[in-house]
Amino acid sequence: MIDTRVSIAGIEFKNPVTTASGTFGSGREFGEFVDLNRLGAITVKGVADKPWQGNDSPRIAEVYGGMLNSVGLQNPGADYFIKEDIPFLRQFDTKIIVNICGHTIDEYVRVTEKLRSADIDLLELNISCPNVKEGGMAFGTDCKMIEKVVGAVKKAAAQPLIVKMSPNVTDITETSKAAEAAGADALSMINTLTGMKIDIYRRKPVLANKIGGMSGPAIKPVALRMVWQTAKAVNIPIIGMGGISDAEDAIEFIMAGATMVSVGTANFSNPTATTDTISGIEKFMEDQSIKNLAEIRGII
Amino acid sequence: MKFIEKGTVIKNENIAPNIYDLSIRLPKIAKEAACGQFVEVYPDNGTNLLPRPISICETNGDSLRLVFQVVGSGTRLFSGLKSGDGVRVLGPCGNGYPLTNAKSFILAGGGVGVPPLLETAKRLKKLGNVNVYLGFRSHPFLTEDFEKIGIVPHIATDDGSVGFKGNVTELMKSENVQADIIYACGPKIMLKSVSEYGEEKNIPVYVSMEERMACGIGACVGCAVKIKKDNGFENKKVCKDGPVFDSREVLWE
Repeated sequence: MIDTRVSIAGIEFKNPVTTASGTFGSGREFGEFVDLNRLGAITVKGVADKPWQGNDSPRIAEVYGGMLNSVGLQNPGADYFIKEDIPFLRQFDTKIIVNICGHTIDEYVRVTEKLRSADIDLLELNISCPNVKEGGMAFGTDCKMIEKVVGAVKKAAAQPLIVKMSPNVTDITETSKAAEAAGADALSMINTLTGMKIDIYRRKPVLANKIGGMSGPAIKPVALRMVWQTAKAVNIPIIGMGGISDAEDAIEFIMAGATMVSVGTANFSNPTATTDTISGIEKFMEDQSIKNLAEIRGII
Repeated sequence: MKFIEKGTVIKNENIAPNIYDLSIRLPKIAKEAACGQFVEVYPDNGTNLLPRPISICETNGDSLRLVFQVVGSGTRLFSGLKSGDGVRVLGPCGNGYPLTNAKSFILAGGGVGVPPLLETAKRLKKLGNVNVYLGFRSHPFLTEDFEKIGIVPHIATDDGSVGFKGNVTELMKSENVQADIIYACGPKIMLKSVSEYGEEKNIPVYVSMEERMACGIGACVGCAVKIKKDNGFENKKVCKDGPVFDSREVLWE
Protein backbone atom coordinates (compact mmCIF):
# COMPACT_ATOMS: atom_id res chain seq x y z
CA MET A 1 0.00 0.00 0.00
CA ILE A 2 1.27 3.44 -0.91
CA ASP A 3 0.74 6.48 1.27
CA THR A 4 0.84 9.75 -0.69
CA ARG A 5 0.14 11.97 2.32
CA VAL A 6 2.51 14.80 3.17
CA SER A 7 2.37 17.54 5.77
CA ILE A 8 3.50 21.14 5.98
CA ALA A 9 3.34 23.22 9.17
CA GLY A 10 1.14 20.61 10.82
CA ILE A 11 -1.39 20.57 7.99
CA GLU A 12 -1.87 17.21 6.31
CA PHE A 13 -2.43 16.95 2.54
CA LYS A 14 -3.79 13.80 0.89
CA ASN A 15 -1.11 14.02 -1.79
CA PRO A 16 1.74 16.42 -2.65
CA VAL A 17 0.14 18.09 -5.67
CA THR A 18 -1.29 21.62 -5.65
CA THR A 19 -1.79 24.31 -8.29
CA ALA A 20 0.54 27.20 -9.00
CA SER A 21 -1.11 30.49 -8.08
CA GLY A 22 -2.57 32.38 -11.03
CA THR A 23 -2.90 29.39 -13.34
CA PHE A 24 -6.00 27.82 -11.80
CA GLY A 25 -8.18 30.75 -10.66
CA SER A 26 -10.09 29.52 -7.61
CA GLY A 27 -10.72 26.18 -9.26
CA ARG A 28 -14.14 26.94 -10.75
CA GLU A 29 -13.14 26.87 -14.41
CA PHE A 30 -10.94 23.78 -14.19
CA GLY A 31 -13.61 22.04 -12.11
CA GLU A 32 -15.35 21.25 -15.42
CA PHE A 33 -12.47 18.93 -16.33
CA VAL A 34 -10.80 18.04 -13.03
CA ASP A 35 -12.23 16.38 -9.92
CA LEU A 36 -11.09 19.02 -7.42
CA ASN A 37 -11.46 16.47 -4.60
CA ARG A 38 -8.40 14.69 -6.00
CA LEU A 39 -6.02 17.61 -5.41
CA GLY A 40 -3.76 17.81 -2.37
CA ALA A 41 -4.53 21.52 -2.24
CA ILE A 42 -5.74 24.35 -4.43
CA THR A 43 -3.50 27.39 -4.39
CA VAL A 44 -5.69 30.24 -5.58
CA LYS A 45 -4.86 33.26 -7.70
CA GLY A 46 -3.35 36.20 -5.81
CA VAL A 47 -5.75 38.11 -3.56
CA ALA A 48 -5.21 41.74 -2.50
CA ASP A 49 -7.03 43.75 0.16
CA LYS A 50 -8.85 45.69 -2.60
CA PRO A 51 -9.65 44.87 -6.28
CA TRP A 52 -6.74 45.28 -8.74
CA GLN A 53 -7.20 46.08 -12.45
CA GLY A 54 -3.99 44.45 -13.63
CA ASN A 55 -2.00 45.47 -16.70
CA ASP A 56 -3.09 46.32 -20.25
CA SER A 57 -3.41 43.67 -22.98
CA PRO A 58 -1.62 41.88 -24.56
CA ARG A 59 -0.71 40.09 -21.35
CA ILE A 60 0.31 36.76 -22.87
CA ALA A 61 3.10 35.76 -25.24
CA GLU A 62 4.18 32.26 -26.14
CA VAL A 63 7.92 31.61 -26.16
CA TYR A 64 9.93 28.50 -26.94
CA GLY A 65 8.93 25.83 -24.43
CA GLY A 66 6.97 28.25 -22.29
CA MET A 67 5.14 31.53 -22.06
CA LEU A 68 5.37 35.07 -20.74
CA ASN A 69 2.59 36.72 -18.79
CA SER A 70 2.09 40.23 -17.51
CA VAL A 71 -1.38 39.92 -16.01
CA GLY A 72 -0.32 42.16 -13.13
CA LEU A 73 -2.33 40.30 -10.47
CA GLN A 74 -5.79 41.43 -11.60
CA ASN A 75 -8.09 40.23 -8.82
CA PRO A 76 -11.49 41.17 -7.37
CA GLY A 77 -10.15 41.73 -3.84
CA ALA A 78 -10.33 39.92 -0.50
CA ASP A 79 -13.97 40.75 0.31
CA TYR A 80 -15.18 39.19 -2.94
CA PHE A 81 -12.84 36.22 -2.49
CA ILE A 82 -14.06 35.53 1.04
CA LYS A 83 -17.72 35.81 0.04
CA GLU A 84 -17.66 33.95 -3.29
CA ASP A 85 -14.64 31.68 -3.56
CA ILE A 86 -14.12 30.20 -0.09
CA PRO A 87 -17.66 28.71 0.08
CA PHE A 88 -17.12 27.30 -3.43
CA LEU A 89 -13.75 25.76 -2.51
CA ARG A 90 -15.03 24.33 0.78
CA GLN A 91 -17.43 22.06 -1.12
CA PHE A 92 -14.41 19.94 -2.03
CA ASP A 93 -12.25 17.63 0.03
CA THR A 94 -9.02 19.55 -0.52
CA LYS A 95 -6.90 22.11 1.31
CA ILE A 96 -7.04 25.82 0.47
CA ILE A 97 -3.85 27.85 0.10
CA VAL A 98 -4.50 31.56 -0.42
CA ASN A 99 -1.88 33.54 -2.29
CA ILE A 100 -1.78 37.13 -1.04
CA CYS A 101 -0.31 40.20 -2.73
CA GLY A 102 0.21 43.88 -2.01
CA HIS A 103 2.04 47.04 -3.07
CA THR A 104 3.13 48.00 0.44
CA ILE A 105 3.66 46.25 3.76
CA ASP A 106 0.42 47.87 4.97
CA GLU A 107 -1.50 46.33 2.08
CA TYR A 108 0.00 42.89 2.75
CA VAL A 109 -0.95 43.17 6.42
CA ARG A 110 -4.48 44.37 5.60
CA VAL A 111 -5.26 41.40 3.34
CA THR A 112 -3.73 39.04 5.91
CA GLU A 113 -5.97 40.52 8.62
CA LYS A 114 -9.05 40.18 6.41
CA LEU A 115 -8.23 36.48 6.03
CA ARG A 116 -7.62 35.90 9.77
CA SER A 117 -11.07 34.49 10.42
CA ALA A 118 -11.53 33.01 6.94
CA ASP A 119 -11.95 29.25 6.59
CA ILE A 120 -8.68 28.59 4.77
CA ASP A 121 -5.69 26.36 5.51
CA LEU A 122 -2.53 28.27 4.62
CA LEU A 123 -1.35 31.61 3.25
CA GLU A 124 1.18 32.00 0.47
CA LEU A 125 2.90 35.38 0.51
CA ASN A 126 3.66 36.61 -3.00
CA ILE A 127 6.73 38.80 -2.72
CA SER A 128 8.01 37.83 -6.12
CA CYS A 129 5.60 38.91 -8.85
CA PRO A 130 7.63 40.53 -11.62
CA ASN A 131 4.59 42.35 -13.05
CA VAL A 132 3.82 44.73 -10.23
CA LYS A 133 5.83 47.93 -10.14
CA GLU A 134 5.80 48.67 -6.44
CA GLY A 135 5.88 45.76 -4.04
CA GLY A 136 5.86 42.43 -5.81
CA MET A 137 9.36 41.44 -6.80
CA ALA A 138 10.94 44.47 -5.16
CA PHE A 139 10.11 42.88 -1.80
CA GLY A 140 11.37 39.48 -2.82
CA THR A 141 14.86 40.30 -4.02
CA ASP A 142 16.21 42.17 -1.00
CA CYS A 143 16.89 40.26 2.24
CA LYS A 144 16.11 43.24 4.50
CA MET A 145 12.77 43.84 2.75
CA ILE A 146 11.95 40.12 2.93
CA GLU A 147 12.53 40.12 6.68
CA LYS A 148 10.31 43.19 7.12
CA VAL A 149 7.35 41.98 5.05
CA VAL A 150 7.49 38.35 6.19
CA GLY A 151 7.80 39.45 9.82
CA ALA A 152 4.83 41.82 9.54
CA VAL A 153 2.59 39.32 7.75
CA LYS A 154 3.56 36.46 10.07
CA LYS A 155 2.55 38.60 13.04
CA ALA A 156 -0.84 39.34 11.47
CA ALA A 157 -1.52 35.84 10.16
CA ALA A 158 -3.78 33.26 11.76
CA GLN A 159 -2.73 30.50 9.33
CA PRO A 160 0.70 29.00 8.58
CA LEU A 161 2.68 31.14 6.15
CA ILE A 162 4.36 29.99 2.94
CA VAL A 163 6.64 32.56 1.30
CA LYS A 164 6.87 32.44 -2.50
CA MET A 165 10.40 33.15 -3.61
CA SER A 166 11.68 35.07 -6.63
CA PRO A 167 14.23 33.37 -8.87
CA ASN A 168 15.40 36.78 -10.06
CA VAL A 169 18.20 36.94 -7.47
CA THR A 170 21.90 36.13 -7.38
CA ASP A 171 21.65 33.55 -4.59
CA ILE A 172 18.23 32.13 -3.73
CA THR A 173 19.57 30.44 -0.59
CA GLU A 174 20.28 33.89 0.91
CA THR A 175 16.75 35.24 0.30
CA SER A 176 15.29 31.90 1.45
CA LYS A 177 17.24 32.00 4.70
CA ALA A 178 16.00 35.55 5.27
CA ALA A 179 12.38 34.39 4.85
CA GLU A 180 12.97 31.47 7.21
CA ALA A 181 14.57 33.71 9.82
CA ALA A 182 11.61 36.12 9.65
CA GLY A 183 9.17 33.34 10.48
CA ALA A 184 8.16 31.61 7.23
CA ASP A 185 6.65 28.17 7.89
CA ALA A 186 7.44 26.98 4.36
CA LEU A 187 8.79 28.27 1.05
CA SER A 188 7.40 27.93 -2.43
CA MET A 189 9.67 28.31 -5.43
CA ILE A 190 10.06 29.45 -8.05
CA ASN A 191 7.96 32.33 -9.24
CA THR A 192 8.41 33.32 -12.89
CA LEU A 193 11.71 34.46 -14.38
CA THR A 194 11.55 37.92 -15.95
CA GLY A 195 11.57 37.78 -19.73
CA MET A 196 10.72 39.61 -22.92
CA LYS A 197 9.62 39.07 -26.52
CA ILE A 198 9.77 41.55 -29.41
CA ASP A 199 7.54 41.60 -32.48
CA ILE A 200 10.14 42.48 -35.12
CA TYR A 201 7.52 43.44 -37.74
CA ARG A 202 5.71 45.89 -35.46
CA ARG A 203 9.06 46.80 -33.84
CA LYS A 204 7.45 46.65 -30.41
CA PRO A 205 7.45 44.37 -27.36
CA VAL A 206 4.66 41.78 -27.63
CA LEU A 207 3.50 42.45 -24.06
CA ALA A 208 1.87 45.81 -23.35
CA ASN A 209 3.88 45.82 -20.11
CA LYS A 210 7.05 45.26 -22.24
CA ILE A 211 8.40 42.59 -19.84
CA GLY A 212 6.69 39.70 -18.11
CA GLY A 213 7.21 36.52 -16.15
CA MET A 214 8.37 33.40 -17.94
CA SER A 215 6.94 30.02 -17.00
CA GLY A 216 6.60 26.58 -18.52
CA PRO A 217 8.79 23.54 -19.22
CA ALA A 218 11.74 25.69 -20.36
CA ILE A 219 12.33 27.02 -16.81
CA LYS A 220 12.20 23.61 -15.11
CA PRO A 221 15.97 22.99 -14.87
CA VAL A 222 16.46 26.41 -13.24
CA ALA A 223 13.63 25.80 -10.78
CA LEU A 224 14.89 22.32 -9.92
CA ARG A 225 18.40 23.61 -9.25
CA MET A 226 17.05 26.33 -6.94
CA VAL A 227 14.86 23.89 -4.99
CA TRP A 228 17.82 21.50 -4.60
CA GLN A 229 20.14 24.26 -3.35
CA THR A 230 17.55 25.73 -0.99
CA ALA A 231 16.48 22.38 0.45
CA LYS A 232 20.06 22.01 1.73
CA ALA A 233 20.13 25.55 3.14
CA VAL A 234 16.87 25.79 5.13
CA ASN A 235 15.01 23.67 7.67
CA ILE A 236 11.45 24.43 6.50
CA PRO A 237 9.51 22.50 3.84
CA ILE A 238 9.53 23.59 0.20
CA ILE A 239 6.74 23.54 -2.36
CA GLY A 240 8.53 23.08 -5.67
CA MET A 241 7.27 24.55 -8.93
CA GLY A 242 8.46 25.81 -12.28
CA GLY A 243 7.62 23.92 -15.46
CA ILE A 244 6.16 20.83 -13.81
CA SER A 245 4.01 19.12 -16.46
CA ASP A 246 3.75 15.51 -15.33
CA ALA A 247 4.64 13.00 -12.61
CA GLU A 248 8.23 12.57 -13.78
CA ASP A 249 8.82 16.30 -13.38
CA ALA A 250 7.10 16.26 -9.98
CA ILE A 251 9.23 13.35 -8.73
CA GLU A 252 12.40 15.17 -9.81
CA PHE A 253 11.40 18.07 -7.54
CA ILE A 254 10.62 15.71 -4.65
CA MET A 255 13.99 14.00 -5.05
CA ALA A 256 15.57 17.48 -5.06
CA GLY A 257 13.98 18.11 -1.67
CA ALA A 258 10.44 19.43 -2.24
CA THR A 259 7.67 18.26 0.09
CA MET A 260 4.90 19.36 -2.28
CA VAL A 261 4.80 20.37 -5.94
CA SER A 262 2.65 22.80 -7.93
CA VAL A 263 1.39 22.33 -11.46
CA GLY A 264 1.06 25.71 -13.20
CA THR A 265 1.45 26.54 -16.87
CA ALA A 266 0.88 22.87 -17.75
CA ASN A 267 -2.79 23.43 -16.89
CA PHE A 268 -3.05 25.55 -20.05
CA SER A 269 -1.63 22.90 -22.38
CA ASN A 270 -3.38 20.06 -20.56
CA PRO A 271 -6.35 20.98 -18.34
CA THR A 272 -6.09 17.64 -16.49
CA ALA A 273 -2.34 18.03 -15.82
CA THR A 274 -2.92 18.17 -12.02
CA THR A 275 -4.79 14.87 -11.71
CA ASP A 276 -2.62 13.24 -14.39
CA THR A 277 0.39 14.14 -12.23
CA ILE A 278 -1.23 12.64 -9.10
CA SER A 279 -2.06 9.39 -10.92
CA GLY A 280 1.48 9.26 -12.31
CA ILE A 281 3.03 9.71 -8.86
CA GLU A 282 0.84 6.89 -7.49
CA LYS A 283 1.87 4.60 -10.33
CA PHE A 284 5.56 5.45 -9.85
CA MET A 285 5.30 4.69 -6.13
CA GLU A 286 3.64 1.34 -6.84
CA ASP A 287 6.10 0.39 -9.58
CA GLN A 288 9.10 1.38 -7.48
CA SER A 289 7.72 -0.05 -4.21
CA ILE A 290 7.83 3.33 -2.51
CA LYS A 291 5.52 3.30 0.52
CA ASN A 292 5.93 6.92 1.52
CA LEU A 293 7.33 9.92 -0.36
CA ALA A 294 9.72 10.58 2.54
CA GLU A 295 11.73 7.64 1.16
CA ILE A 296 12.72 9.66 -1.92
CA ARG A 297 12.44 13.25 -0.65
CA GLY A 298 15.75 15.07 -0.88
CA ILE A 299 17.75 11.97 -1.77
CA ILE A 300 19.84 13.91 -4.28
CA MET B 1 -20.72 22.72 -20.57
CA LYS B 2 -17.28 22.31 -22.11
CA PHE B 3 -15.51 19.17 -23.27
CA ILE B 4 -11.97 18.12 -24.12
CA GLU B 5 -12.21 15.86 -27.14
CA LYS B 6 -9.67 14.08 -29.27
CA GLY B 7 -11.13 14.76 -32.72
CA THR B 8 -10.39 13.25 -36.10
CA VAL B 9 -9.72 15.54 -39.04
CA ILE B 10 -12.26 15.01 -41.83
CA LYS B 11 -10.73 17.46 -44.31
CA ASN B 12 -8.40 20.44 -44.45
CA GLU B 13 -8.28 22.68 -47.51
CA ASN B 14 -6.48 25.88 -48.42
CA ILE B 15 -9.34 28.12 -49.64
CA ALA B 16 -7.62 31.53 -49.94
CA PRO B 17 -4.10 32.85 -49.34
CA ASN B 18 -3.19 31.69 -45.80
CA ILE B 19 -6.80 30.67 -45.07
CA TYR B 20 -7.61 27.05 -44.23
CA ASP B 21 -10.93 25.24 -44.03
CA LEU B 22 -10.66 22.49 -41.40
CA SER B 23 -13.41 20.04 -40.47
CA ILE B 24 -12.97 17.87 -37.38
CA ARG B 25 -15.25 15.18 -36.00
CA LEU B 26 -15.99 16.35 -32.44
CA PRO B 27 -19.44 15.01 -31.48
CA LYS B 28 -19.74 16.41 -27.95
CA ILE B 29 -18.45 19.91 -28.73
CA ALA B 30 -20.42 20.15 -32.01
CA LYS B 31 -23.66 19.25 -30.24
CA GLU B 32 -23.13 21.88 -27.55
CA ALA B 33 -21.77 24.76 -29.68
CA ALA B 34 -23.71 28.00 -30.18
CA CYS B 35 -22.97 30.59 -32.86
CA GLY B 36 -20.20 33.02 -32.00
CA GLN B 37 -18.45 30.63 -29.63
CA PHE B 38 -14.90 29.38 -30.19
CA VAL B 39 -12.73 26.37 -29.45
CA GLU B 40 -9.18 25.97 -28.18
CA VAL B 41 -7.08 23.79 -30.47
CA TYR B 42 -3.94 22.24 -28.95
CA PRO B 43 -0.76 22.12 -31.04
CA ASP B 44 0.51 19.07 -29.05
CA ASN B 45 3.95 19.27 -30.67
CA GLY B 46 6.00 19.76 -27.51
CA THR B 47 7.20 23.29 -28.31
CA ASN B 48 4.02 25.29 -28.89
CA LEU B 49 2.60 25.16 -25.43
CA LEU B 50 -0.61 27.13 -25.60
CA PRO B 51 -3.86 26.20 -27.31
CA ARG B 52 -5.04 28.48 -30.14
CA PRO B 53 -8.49 30.05 -29.94
CA ILE B 54 -10.37 29.57 -33.24
CA SER B 55 -13.94 30.65 -33.95
CA ILE B 56 -16.55 28.08 -34.89
CA CYS B 57 -17.51 28.57 -38.54
CA GLU B 58 -20.17 25.88 -38.73
CA THR B 59 -21.52 22.92 -36.82
CA ASN B 60 -22.49 20.02 -39.09
CA GLY B 61 -23.99 17.16 -37.11
CA ASP B 62 -21.10 15.69 -35.14
CA SER B 63 -18.37 17.78 -36.76
CA LEU B 64 -17.06 21.31 -36.43
CA ARG B 65 -15.85 23.44 -39.28
CA LEU B 66 -13.04 25.86 -38.41
CA VAL B 67 -11.85 28.40 -40.97
CA PHE B 68 -8.63 30.00 -39.78
CA GLN B 69 -5.74 32.15 -40.94
CA VAL B 70 -2.10 31.14 -40.60
CA VAL B 71 -0.62 33.87 -38.39
CA GLY B 72 2.19 32.05 -36.57
CA SER B 73 3.79 28.73 -35.77
CA GLY B 74 0.70 27.18 -34.14
CA THR B 75 -1.72 27.92 -36.97
CA ARG B 76 1.00 26.92 -39.48
CA LEU B 77 1.07 23.54 -37.76
CA PHE B 78 -2.74 23.22 -38.07
CA SER B 79 -2.50 24.10 -41.78
CA GLY B 80 -0.61 20.82 -42.24
CA LEU B 81 -3.31 18.64 -40.63
CA LYS B 82 -4.58 15.89 -42.95
CA SER B 83 -7.71 13.78 -43.10
CA GLY B 84 -7.48 11.08 -40.41
CA ASP B 85 -5.11 13.04 -38.14
CA GLY B 86 -6.03 13.32 -34.46
CA VAL B 87 -6.32 16.74 -32.85
CA ARG B 88 -7.16 17.70 -29.27
CA VAL B 89 -9.82 20.40 -28.87
CA LEU B 90 -11.47 22.09 -25.88
CA GLY B 91 -14.83 23.79 -26.19
CA PRO B 92 -17.20 25.28 -26.82
CA CYS B 93 -15.76 28.38 -25.16
CA GLY B 94 -17.18 31.84 -24.56
CA ASN B 95 -20.67 33.29 -24.67
CA GLY B 96 -21.56 33.53 -28.38
CA TYR B 97 -23.97 35.98 -30.03
CA PRO B 98 -27.15 36.65 -28.06
CA LEU B 99 -30.26 35.42 -29.85
CA THR B 100 -32.84 38.14 -29.35
CA ASN B 101 -36.38 38.64 -30.56
CA ALA B 102 -35.15 40.99 -33.31
CA LYS B 103 -36.59 40.44 -36.78
CA SER B 104 -33.90 41.94 -39.01
CA PHE B 105 -30.18 41.43 -38.72
CA ILE B 106 -26.97 42.74 -40.22
CA LEU B 107 -23.93 40.51 -39.99
CA ALA B 108 -20.69 42.41 -40.59
CA GLY B 109 -17.44 40.48 -40.99
CA GLY B 110 -13.87 41.45 -41.76
CA GLY B 111 -11.23 39.02 -43.01
CA VAL B 112 -10.79 36.05 -40.73
CA GLY B 113 -13.67 37.48 -38.66
CA VAL B 114 -16.06 36.25 -41.37
CA PRO B 115 -16.17 32.50 -40.46
CA PRO B 116 -18.26 32.64 -37.24
CA LEU B 117 -20.91 34.65 -39.10
CA LEU B 118 -21.78 31.63 -41.29
CA GLU B 119 -23.22 29.55 -38.44
CA THR B 120 -24.76 32.74 -37.04
CA ALA B 121 -26.46 33.45 -40.40
CA LYS B 122 -27.77 29.88 -40.56
CA ARG B 123 -29.41 30.21 -37.16
CA LEU B 124 -30.69 33.79 -37.57
CA LYS B 125 -32.32 33.00 -40.94
CA LYS B 126 -34.98 31.10 -39.03
CA LEU B 127 -35.76 34.22 -36.98
CA GLY B 128 -35.94 36.94 -39.63
CA ASN B 129 -34.28 38.83 -42.42
CA VAL B 130 -30.47 38.54 -42.56
CA ASN B 131 -28.17 40.89 -44.50
CA VAL B 132 -24.49 39.97 -44.67
CA TYR B 133 -21.67 42.48 -45.29
CA LEU B 134 -18.18 41.06 -45.69
CA GLY B 135 -14.87 42.88 -46.08
CA PHE B 136 -11.60 41.38 -47.30
CA ARG B 137 -8.18 42.68 -48.24
CA SER B 138 -8.42 41.28 -51.78
CA HIS B 139 -9.45 37.58 -51.77
CA PRO B 140 -12.99 36.88 -50.57
CA PHE B 141 -13.71 33.46 -49.08
CA LEU B 142 -16.80 31.63 -47.78
CA THR B 143 -19.07 33.80 -49.99
CA GLU B 144 -20.45 30.71 -51.77
CA ASP B 145 -21.27 29.14 -48.43
CA PHE B 146 -23.52 32.09 -47.60
CA GLU B 147 -25.13 31.76 -51.05
CA LYS B 148 -25.79 28.07 -50.39
CA ILE B 149 -27.96 29.00 -47.41
CA GLY B 150 -29.81 31.56 -49.52
CA ILE B 151 -28.00 34.75 -48.50
CA VAL B 152 -26.06 36.71 -51.11
CA PRO B 153 -23.40 38.59 -49.16
CA HIS B 154 -22.46 42.19 -49.97
CA ILE B 155 -18.71 42.18 -50.59
CA ALA B 156 -16.10 44.89 -50.06
CA THR B 157 -12.38 44.56 -50.83
CA ASP B 158 -9.67 47.03 -49.87
CA ASP B 159 -8.24 46.97 -53.40
CA GLY B 160 -11.59 46.82 -55.21
CA SER B 161 -10.72 43.51 -56.90
CA VAL B 162 -14.14 42.11 -55.93
CA GLY B 163 -17.29 44.10 -55.14
CA PHE B 164 -17.21 47.50 -53.43
CA LYS B 165 -13.80 49.21 -53.14
CA GLY B 166 -13.26 50.08 -49.51
CA ASN B 167 -13.97 48.59 -46.11
CA VAL B 168 -17.09 46.92 -44.84
CA THR B 169 -18.35 49.92 -42.84
CA GLU B 170 -17.99 52.20 -45.87
CA LEU B 171 -20.03 49.67 -47.87
CA MET B 172 -22.74 49.63 -45.20
CA LYS B 173 -22.79 53.45 -45.18
CA SER B 174 -23.04 53.61 -48.99
CA GLU B 175 -26.13 51.40 -48.85
CA ASN B 176 -27.49 53.10 -45.71
CA VAL B 177 -28.49 49.68 -44.33
CA GLN B 178 -30.94 49.36 -41.47
CA ALA B 179 -31.76 46.49 -39.10
CA ASP B 180 -32.89 45.80 -35.54
CA ILE B 181 -29.47 44.51 -34.53
CA ILE B 182 -25.91 44.16 -35.87
CA TYR B 183 -23.52 41.29 -35.15
CA ALA B 184 -19.89 41.98 -36.07
CA CYS B 185 -16.61 40.08 -36.07
CA GLY B 186 -13.26 41.26 -37.39
CA PRO B 187 -10.24 43.40 -36.55
CA LYS B 188 -10.65 45.89 -33.71
CA ILE B 189 -10.54 48.92 -36.00
CA MET B 190 -13.43 47.50 -38.03
CA LEU B 191 -15.45 46.61 -34.92
CA LYS B 192 -15.02 50.17 -33.73
CA SER B 193 -16.26 51.67 -37.00
CA VAL B 194 -19.24 49.27 -37.17
CA SER B 195 -20.06 50.20 -33.60
CA GLU B 196 -20.00 53.90 -34.55
CA TYR B 197 -22.31 53.12 -37.49
CA GLY B 198 -24.71 51.41 -35.09
CA GLU B 199 -24.61 54.35 -32.73
CA GLU B 200 -25.39 56.76 -35.56
CA LYS B 201 -28.36 54.68 -36.73
CA ASN B 202 -29.43 53.76 -33.22
CA ILE B 203 -28.92 50.05 -33.84
CA PRO B 204 -27.42 47.86 -31.07
CA VAL B 205 -24.15 46.24 -32.15
CA TYR B 206 -22.66 43.06 -30.69
CA VAL B 207 -18.96 42.70 -31.41
CA SER B 208 -16.80 39.59 -31.13
CA MET B 209 -13.45 40.61 -29.66
CA GLU B 210 -10.06 38.95 -29.91
CA GLU B 211 -7.07 38.90 -27.54
CA ARG B 212 -4.05 36.71 -26.85
CA MET B 213 -5.14 33.87 -24.58
CA ALA B 214 -3.62 31.13 -22.51
CA CYS B 215 -6.21 28.91 -20.79
CA GLY B 216 -9.31 29.92 -22.81
CA ILE B 217 -11.68 29.16 -19.93
CA GLY B 218 -11.38 32.18 -17.64
CA ALA B 219 -8.79 31.00 -15.13
CA CYS B 220 -5.58 32.77 -16.13
CA VAL B 221 -6.99 36.29 -16.78
CA GLY B 222 -4.65 36.72 -19.75
CA CYS B 223 -7.14 38.07 -22.30
CA ALA B 224 -8.33 41.33 -20.77
CA VAL B 225 -10.62 43.77 -22.59
CA LYS B 226 -11.58 47.15 -21.14
CA ILE B 227 -15.30 47.41 -20.41
CA LYS B 228 -16.77 50.74 -19.25
CA LYS B 229 -17.62 50.95 -15.57
CA ASP B 230 -18.72 54.05 -13.66
CA ASN B 231 -16.36 56.77 -14.94
CA GLY B 232 -13.56 54.35 -15.72
CA PHE B 233 -13.30 50.76 -16.84
CA GLU B 234 -12.91 47.23 -15.62
CA ASN B 235 -10.93 44.43 -17.28
CA LYS B 236 -13.19 41.61 -18.45
CA LYS B 237 -12.08 38.29 -19.91
CA VAL B 238 -12.53 37.86 -23.65
CA CYS B 239 -12.61 34.05 -23.27
CA LYS B 240 -15.28 33.84 -20.57
CA ASP B 241 -17.18 37.15 -20.36
CA GLY B 242 -16.95 37.39 -24.19
CA PRO B 243 -15.87 37.04 -26.88
CA VAL B 244 -19.13 38.85 -27.72
CA PHE B 245 -19.76 42.20 -26.02
CA ASP B 246 -22.36 44.93 -26.46
CA SER B 247 -20.31 47.54 -28.37
CA ARG B 248 -21.69 50.36 -26.19
CA GLU B 249 -19.98 48.78 -23.18
CA VAL B 250 -16.55 48.47 -24.79
CA LEU B 251 -14.00 51.19 -24.00
CA TRP B 252 -12.67 51.79 -27.52
CA GLU B 253 -9.14 53.20 -27.62
